[in-house]
Amino acid sequence: MTGATLYGLCAAVLVGLGLFGLIVHPQPLRMILAFNLIGSGVFVLFGAVALRGAAAGFGGDPVPQALVITGIVVAFAATALAVALLLRLFR
Amino acid sequence: MAFDTGLAVVVLGVAVWTIAARKTVAAVAGFVAFGLLLALVWVRLAAPDVALTEAAIGSGVTGGLLLGAATRLRRIEPSAAGETLGIGLKLAAAVLCILVATGIAAIVLLLPEPAPTLAPQVAKNLDRTGLGNPVTAVLMAYRAIDTLLEVVVLLLALVGIWSLAPDRAWGGFPGARHHADSDGLLAFVAQLLVPIGILVGIHIFWVGSTAPGGEFQGATILAAMWIFAVMAGLLDTPAVNRRWLRLLLVIGPAVFLAIGLAGFAVAGGFLAYPEAYAKVMILTIEVPVTLSIAATLALLVAGPPERPPNG
Repeated sequence: MTGATLYGLCAAVLVGLGLFGLIVHPQPLRMILAFNLIGSGVFVLFGAVALRGAAAGFGGDPVPQALVITGIVVAFAATALAVALLLRLFR
Repeated sequence: MAFDTGLAVVVLGVAVWTIAARKTVAAVAGFVAFGLLLALVWVRLAAPDVALTEAAIGSGVTGGLLLGAATRLRRIEPSAAGETLGIGLKLAAAVLCILVATGIAAIVLLLPEPAPTLAPQVAKNLDRTGLGNPVTAVLMAYRAIDTLLEVVVLLLALVGIWSLAPDRAWGGFPGARHHADSDGLLAFVAQLLVPIGILVGIHIFWVGSTAPGGEFQGATILAAMWIFAVMAGLLDTPAVNRRWLRLLLVIGPAVFLAIGLAGFAVAGGFLAYPEAYAKVMILTIEVPVTLSIAATLALLVAGPPERPPNG
C-alpha cells in the first residue's frame, strides 16, 4: 500500500467518524467539532490525491494543495460564525 | 511506511476521542492535538505549506476559539443540549456512516492510474510568475480569484459575527477587558513572546514566495500574537466602529480587486499580471492582504462586540 492510499483510507474513516458525531451528539458545540472533523477528512483526501499527482519535481500536485489552504481558512471562518451564533443563542 | 501507519492510527485514535469524550473541554483539547498530528500528516503528504496552515489555523486558532466557547458554555451546557438519540437511531447512524466511509475508501482504492495532475503546467509557467514556491504561485497567480473570494468570505463572516451584537454594544468593544497583572507570569511571557512572534509571522509571510509559508500562515501568527497580547491584558480590543480598523480590514481585498481590475488594461484579463511586473504586483497584493487577513482572523476570534463604544 502506498502512502497516498493509506492516508486516503484514513481520510475516509475521518469523514465517517465526523458524520457520526454530527448526527448523534446532542450538544451544538460538539456538532461543530464533528463538522470540523469531516472537513479535515475531506482535506486529507485532497492531500492524498495531490500526493498521487506528484510530477515535474514537486512532491505533490500544488493545485489541490493550494485549494486545501483556501479550504482550511474558509472552514475557520464558518466555525467562528457558527460559534458566535451558538453563544448568542444560549446567552 | 511503518511511521505512516502508526501516525494514521494515532490520528484516528485522537479523532475517536474528540467524538467520544464525555466532557466538551476534553474533546476540544483532543481536537487541538488532532490538528497538530494532522499537520504532521501534511508533511508526510509532501505539503509543508498546508502543514503550516493546519497547525496555525486548523489547530491553533480554531482550537482557541472552541476552547473559549466551551468554557463559556460549560454552565448552561446541559440545558443547551438537544435530544439524545435512542440506541436504535444511533445504530442506524453508525451503519450510515460506515457506508459513507466505505464508499470513500472504495473511491480511494479505485482511483485512476496514472493519476491526473496539473503539476507539469504549474512547473512550466512558474518562472513567469517570478515566484519559487508553486503553492504560492497557484494561490496568487493561477487561482488568484479563489484567494480573492476567500478574503471576501472572511470579511463576510466577520460582518455576520458583528451583526450579532446587542443594541447597547453596537459598534463597541469585542470580548471582556482583560487586565494585566503587572507581576503576573502571563503578562511577562506575553511581553517576551509577542515581539518574537511578530517577527516569525513576518518571516513566514516573506519566505512564502520561495519556500513553504505565505500570507495566510504569516497572518495567522500575527493574529495569534495580537490575541495573546489581549488575553494577557497588555492591549484592549478596539471598538469595531473605529475608522482605522475598518480601513485595515478592507484594504487587502480593495487592493486585490483594484490590481485585478487593472489586469484588464495592462495584461488583457481580470487578475492577469504583465510578465515583467508579476512578482512586484503579487507582492503589492500580498502585503495589504496579509494585514487584512491578520486583523480579520483576530476579530473573528474576538467575537461580537459586548461593551458599548463609549464606555
